[in-house]
Amino acid sequence: MDIIVCVKHVPETAEAEIKIDSSGKAIEKAGLVFDINEWDDYALEEAVRIKEKLGGTVTAITVGLEDADGTLRKCLARGADKAIRATDANFEGSDSYAIAKILHSVIKSLPFDLILTGALAGDDGYTMVGPALAEMLGVSHATMVKKIELGDGVAKVNRELEGGLEEIVEVRLPSVLSVQTGINEPRYVSILGIRKAMKEEIKTLSLADIDLSENDVGEAGSWMKIEKMFVPPVEKQAEFLKGTPEEIAAKIAGIIKSRGLI
Amino acid sequence: MNGIFVLAEHRQGKIRDITFETLTKGRKIAEEISSGLTAVLLGKGVKEQAKTLSEYAEKVLLVEDAKLENFNSEAYQKVLSSLINKHKPLLTMMGHTSFGVDLAPRLATALKLPLATDCIDLEFEEKTLLITRQMYGGKVNVKATVSKAEGYIVTVRQAAFEVQKPAANGEVIEEPSPLTEEITKKRFIEYVLPPPGGIDITAADVLVGVGRGIKDESNMPMVEELAKSLGGVLACSRPIVDKGWLSNDRQVGSSGKTVKPKAYIALGISGAFQHVLGMKNSDLIIAVNKDANAPIFSFSDYGVVEDLFKILPLLKSKIYELKGRKA
Repeated sequence: MDIIVCVKHVPETAEAEIKIDSSGKAIEKAGLVFDINEWDDYALEEAVRIKEKLGGTVTAITVGLEDADGTLRKCLARGADKAIRATDANFEGSDSYAIAKILHSVIKSLPFDLILTGALAGDDGYTMVGPALAEMLGVSHATMVKKIELGDGVAKVNRELEGGLEEIVEVRLPSVLSVQTGINEPRYVSILGIRKAMKEEIKTLSLADIDLSENDVGEAGSWMKIEKMFVPPVEKQAEFLKGTPEEIAAKIAGIIKSRGLI
Repeated sequence: MNGIFVLAEHRQGKIRDITFETLTKGRKIAEEISSGLTAVLLGKGVKEQAKTLSEYAEKVLLVEDAKLENFNSEAYQKVLSSLINKHKPLLTMMGHTSFGVDLAPRLATALKLPLATDCIDLEFEEKTLLITRQMYGGKVNVKATVSKAEGYIVTVRQAAFEVQKPAANGEVIEEPSPLTEEITKKRFIEYVLPPPGGIDITAADVLVGVGRGIKDESNMPMVEELAKSLGGVLACSRPIVDKGWLSNDRQVGSSGKTVKPKAYIALGISGAFQHVLGMKNSDLIIAVNKDANAPIFSFSDYGVVEDLFKILPLLKSKIYELKGRKA
């Protein structure tokens, strides 16, 4: 089984304090740690597990600048066989529609049975690349995937719905499956694995190498144009409890007690 | 280019709340641009649901086909493409749900109509579609313009719009199903319910919710002890279930449970929308997070910006002190 995994190099922001930069349209990137998008991490792990079970290859593909090699090397260290990075100054400002077009141009000449990607990216959260790419490739797709069972020419997948409910659907292969977090437990990478991956080749492709023009990519080829970034309005401003940890603990306990809960 | 389409989402015979939320927003935009609102219902044996929708829109387009009984993005895409090509709505709206995210991106790509996903607000300004959405897990909002086109597709976030029931008495118009061929790439098999869990977090008076900020599984007993000191129950956000530190019956949020305890203590939870949706109506919310800008503080009664590992042991002993006994 030949599997392609689409990954994105994103800043880790779940636990970080983030600031809007001077352009007012993006966040301050300095000081943030970049890594593989969390959802893509699960997609990669799933791909490697399928390869370990059924044989075949795993190719990791990203669209990004040179620093995105960090994410590709992580993929190689974790069991991907090949890595490709599509990179070009013209790609700057691409939204997920433009990214899907770039990925399609790279992937259409490659053999694959399965394409896995994260259900969404933790930075922009568009939740779009998988099904858009499937449409461009003319293959089946499923999103919010929590379980994959491969059969003869088909995959049976569990999709996460709301409120804990799941549905099982069968898709014909080849297929693009967008993976939800929690589908597996991504493995840790050994230091030896990382060292080995440092030596492996990462193939780069520019706009000239793929079948797209300047107008198809970047801001020109995108649907969304960010005009303004701002701090979300507050629904209910918390009253901040201040003091030493001891004083704060006493205040919290006092509030809970005042509600008759202690 | 005329009118606004809202695609109804239904499951197991029931129209989902997101549909009425989207219809409410759709109506507002239709009024702003002096246009009409049409609900689109695809299914089988859903005449009753069509009637319900007619109370919210001027028109209900109904397509019935056995192939549309359960949601299948492939079948839905074919029917919706045909309806959009025929009626040319300016805007097609649906929920940013597991239903909408499976359908909208592919539909938009096929029709070459720009798609804006997970919108929390939208309006037309001088014929330009302007949308508001969140990025970085809800830490920032962005306003974005959508590239000019004949028509647009948007998915809207759950609970972003409060349902208002208008005094509409719409007409139900049946359209023939365009599905002449078999659906070959995708097949719905069945719904599966999560295995019944050992604990019902919706019944607890006090919930201690734990998130990513707990960092390591070895810290879990510490929060468990705090929950115990309060006679409460341990709950969590998604990453904790993904890591396997708690079972999924403890998960609060859009893909877990909706809770409304007398007190919800959020520890190391940043407050992504998906989690907040499940707990924001709690009577009392106290959040501890080391990031002063964490979105959770915009939904809490009390906030503490501090290392939770400093607060936790002290809080536990304070609680036992108030109870008049030693920890």
